[in-house]
Order: sequence, then structure tokens, then C-alpha cells
Amino acid sequence: MKVVLDHLTKRFPNRTKGEPDVIAVNDFTFEIPDGKLIGLLGPSGCGKSTCLNLISGLEKPSSGKVFFGETDVTDLEPENRGVGLVFQNYALYPHLTVRQNIMFPLQNLKGADKLEKEEMLRRADEAAKMVQIDKLMDRKPSQMSGGQQQRVAIARALVKMPRVLLLDEPLSNLDARLRLQTREEIRRIQRETGITTIFVTHDQEEAMSISDEIVVMKLGVLQQIGKPQEVYNDPVNLFVAQFLGTPAINTFTGEVRGGHVYIGSEAVLDAPGVPDQAVWVGIRPEGFILDEKGPFTLDLTRVEVMGRDTSVVAAHPFAQSPSVRAIISSENEVDADAAKVRFSLKPKKVFLFEEESELRIRF
Amino acid sequence: MKKSKLKGWLYLLPAIVFLGIFMVYPLVDVFVYAFQEGFNFASQTYKGVGWYNFSYVLRDPYFLQAVKNTFIIVIITVPVSTGLALLISLGLNSIKPLKNLFQTVYFLPYVTNTLAVGLVFMILFKKTAYTDGLVNLIINWFGSESIDFIDGPYWAKMFVMCFYTVWVVMPFKILILTSALASVNEDYYKAAKIDGTSKGRIFRRITLPMISPMIFYLVITGFIGAFKAYSDEVAIFGTDLNVAGMNTIVGYVYDMLYGDSGGYPSFASAAALILFVIVLTITVINLMVSRKNVHY
Repeated sequence: MKVVLDHLTKRFPNRTKGEPDVIAVNDFTFEIPDGKLIGLLGPSGCGKSTCLNLISGLEKPSSGKVFFGETDVTDLEPENRGVGLVFQNYALYPHLTVRQNIMFPLQNLKGADKLEKEEMLRRADEAAKMVQIDKLMDRKPSQMSGGQQQRVAIARALVKMPRVLLLDEPLSNLDARLRLQTREEIRRIQRETGITTIFVTHDQEEAMSISDEIVVMKLGVLQQIGKPQEVYNDPVNLFVAQFLGTPAINTFTGEVRGGHVYIGSEAVLDAPGVPDQAVWVGIRPEGFILDEKGPFTLDLTRVEVMGRDTSVVAAHPFAQSPSVRAIISSENEVDADAAKVRFSLKPKKVFLFEEESELRIRF
Repeated sequence: MKKSKLKGWLYLLPAIVFLGIFMVYPLVDVFVYAFQEGFNFASQTYKGVGWYNFSYVLRDPYFLQAVKNTFIIVIITVPVSTGLALLISLGLNSIKPLKNLFQTVYFLPYVTNTLAVGLVFMILFKKTAYTDGLVNLIINWFGSESIDFIDGPYWAKMFVMCFYTVWVVMPFKILILTSALASVNEDYYKAAKIDGTSKGRIFRRITLPMISPMIFYLVITGFIGAFKAYSDEVAIFGTDLNVAGMNTIVGYVYDMLYGDSGGYPSFASAAALILFVIVLTITVINLMVSRKNVHY
């Protein structure tokens, strides 16, 4: 089931008197193709949970429409939309066993959809097997680990065979190791069921690792949609470039003069056809090549060797942050005692952005 | 090691002395009195030791009346007040406008002086030379005869008593239950809504189990409080409760100690011990029931 958002907007009244309304979701138009796993990504407070609530029907949009397939579901109550929702804190009923929790949505069915007890048990077992908790069916949620509780929550959302599965920060309550494991699990379950799945996260690594497509948001405004690697390689603006990638992109204030990009007095890169102007220069950490004759000179702070990679931490007066991080293969030997380090740059890993609008300048 | 142990006891001493004098000693004393037969208050002497005090109390018609009254009050007021408080709390929890106002209104009886409350009930129920009371006024409207609620038939007096008790204990229960309801995580309701759960089912399967520890707390304290009822009876029917036929077990204990026919600490102690056994039994039953139905 594909999900289409059509000029979706949600406003909340401002808590401060006299201030304009808060626009949590501002004019969203995009289509989520059938059977894909989509990551809604953005910093806290950017409206991604509101967006999810609009799709689930827990909140009604101020304007715009939501379609499931060709059907307009904007005015449908959540229970009639056929969505499964997994909450950040799982919202498992603490007084019910795992089996009772998973069966809960089935017991709500009325009329023609009503199921026999045996059928409910069978479907609950099936859902539990899918998330591999079928051996824990008689436990209470409090007797399970966070990861297991998460699986129960997913099973409960899957058991009624939803058309769309929504996950609100599904991994943020898990520790680092479980997070890795569970995100693979979510990917596997999504592949097996083929249910269109939308999940919300503020963790770009999480979103990039399992999503078919990511939707990057900032302050209620859609920034960019695309395959994770595409968005990473081709960000539309400075925000997206800075938000994606660990370590983060290095940002410098620079200038384009006569087809060359200057950071300070050094012409670090050619930018043919770009008119003269002040720019932001973004350089991915992996965009540096250690080069004794390279055009770009930095003040070396320290060298961190981490197995496969060497991370060169340096400083530059025109950098936006106090430290500039370059990641190079550990086969390169860097003299840690040197005061300066010189690099040349990979053109594909360097992005230019307009100074005012912070929009990308392609060259 | 030994020295520091001594120091610990030293710190505890003030509390131990006070608790010993005002709690432990009287408790032991009650047991002693209860088994001293033919105790003479004036000479502080007794004739023998045995169960006579208990058998006397259990044959005393005033005591039997007090037990009956107490049980009726307990059985009626505890479920009614808890149920009504739950209904009102659910209502309070689901309204947005004027919620605070209503919460305050429902809590007012809790902070109102007992005498003022008694006065209000007088106006409602008491028959005087000038008026039959507000409730009788309404009864008369519907064309029925006036009823004397304070000095009239037993059921009328019991009705006033239960009405008063429910009214007095409800504010606290409403306060506890509204906060219990408000503390249920909103996500449970959202999850239930997504799954298309009906309102009745949400209440039975989610709300009720979630607040069950608080309901249980209110039932237990409600039972114990109702078994200890005494002052409310005095506020409505005056101090001569035996004559009014509205005495309670605690009232009987008081009368045996200080009443007009008082001066019998042995009988009072025996009655107090019987009350203790009753309350203990009920509380144990409550605990056993709760083990199955209360979810922590």
C-alpha cells in the first residue's frame, strides 16, 4: 500500500501570546512507494513524530490530505485506517502477558471480522514467531529485556496485518549493541512481510543503514527525499550535508574567485563556471587526500589511528568548528609531531553552498 | 563495633520511649484488661483470669446492635463511595473546561469543618418545631408523608448515616483516583485507539487494571475507616448512641470506658479485641482477593 501525503500541514497555536502559530509539518507533499522502508529523519522537534501521527490518524491535519493507495483516509479514524503503530516506549500493557498483549488488537475486531479464539491464538503465535519471541509468550512485559519488549510491540502491531506499519523512534530506548541487532531485525521483518513501513528517528546512521529511502526534515519543512547514499552524496543544502554522515562534514567559510574555491588565501579546488561570491565550503572527512604538495594547509592537532582508518584532527581559522576531521587510510603515515598538514581534495566530496540561502551550488 | 551499636540505640531512644509509652504499653494493657475478670476500677483489683469479658460482651444486646450497625455501614458505604468516586473521577478526567473548578468543588468536604457539615445535615434532615427539613420538603412535594430521619425508624436513621459517611469519605477517594487516572501513560490509550478498542473495553482492560493498586488501597483503608466509625454518628445522633440504636463498635468501647454506664475497661478491651479480629480478618480477605486482581 503506497502512502501519499498531499500538501499536508499541521499547525499548533503558540504557547507564547502574540507569537505566530507553530507549524509542525509544513506543506508536505511526497509519495511513499508500496512495500518500502522509509526513514523520517530530523533533529528533535522537527515535526517528524507529528508527521507520523498524521499518517496514523492520531492527529488531524490543519490542511492537506493523506492517501493510502488511491483512498483518501484524511477523515478516517485511526482504527479504520489499518495502521500498526509501535511506540517509542512500546506501550505494552504491563498487566497482560505477551500472548494477551499480541492478541489484544484481534479481540477488538467486531462483526464480520470477528475471529474464533483458535484463530486468534494461531495468528498471535505466527506474529510471535516472526519476531522470534514465541518462547516467551507467557511472560509479563516487566520480565523481558528492552529488545524483547520491542519485538512484542512489533508483533502486536503486525498481528492485525496492517496496511502500513509506523515506528516512532523504535530503537532509541535500546543500548548500542541491541540497537544494531534490532534494526537488522526490523529490516528483515519488513522484507518478509512486505508491509510499507515508515519509521521516525533522529539518528542518521540508523536511518541510512536500513531505509530504502530517507526523508530529511528540519523545523517542519521537508528538506530532501532520496536513497540514503544519494542524499549523502548529493545534499541539496548545508543542513542536509551537516546532518548526514559520521563524523560530520567539515564546514568552512570560503569564496569563489575566477573559477577557484578559496579558503583563506589558498585556492583549494577548481569550480569552473561558478560566479564569484562568498560561499560555505563543505568537505566530507573522507574527501581529504594526504598530499605534501596539496593546496590546503591545516594546523595539525593530533592523529588518531583506529585500525583501518586514521583520523587526522586539525584546526583551521576559517573552519566553522574548532576541529577539522579528516579520515584517511591508515596506510598513510602522518607525522604526528608536525605543526602543519597538507591535503588535496576529492572534488566529489566537496560541496559549495550559497552564503545566504545555504542552498547547494553545483559545479 | 560494640560501641557503635550502643550509639545506634541511643539515637533511637527518644522514639522508642515515646512509642513504648504511647503505643506498645497500651496495646499490651488492652490484652491484660481483656482477660481480667471482675475488674474493679476503683480498687484496681480483679477476681480471676479468663474469657468471661468476651462472653459478656458477645451477649450484650447493645454490642450486638453496634456490630450490626457497623457492618451495615461498612457494607454499604465502602462500595458505594468507591464506585461513585470512580465515576466522578472518570468524569473529571474526561472534561477539559472547568476541570479545576469541579476538582475543587468535589474536594471541599475534605477541608470543611465536621461541625459545619453536621449543621448542613441538620438543615437537610432534622425535624424541628418550625420545619421538617429540606429533604422532607422534597418528599412532601411528591405527596408523601414526612419521615423523621434523626429520631424516626431505624432504616431512615441508617440511610442518613450512610449518606453522611459516603459524603464525608468521597473527596479523598476522588482526589486519589483522579491523580491515578491522570498518571496512566497516554500512549496506552493511543495504542488502544489505533487498534480500534471500544470505550468499555479500554476501561475494563486498560484503565481499571492500571489504577487497580489505588482502588485496592482505597478499599482497604475504606474498610478499616468504616469499621472505626464513631465520630460521625455522634455528630448526627448525639452522644447517647445506644438509646438511638445507632451505636458502633468503637462507640460501644467508648461507652464502656467513659459513658454514663462506663467504668468497665475489661469489657471495653474485650470489645476492642473483637473489633481487631474482625478488621484483621477482612483485611486478610482483601489481600487474598487483591493478589489475583491487582496489578502492580
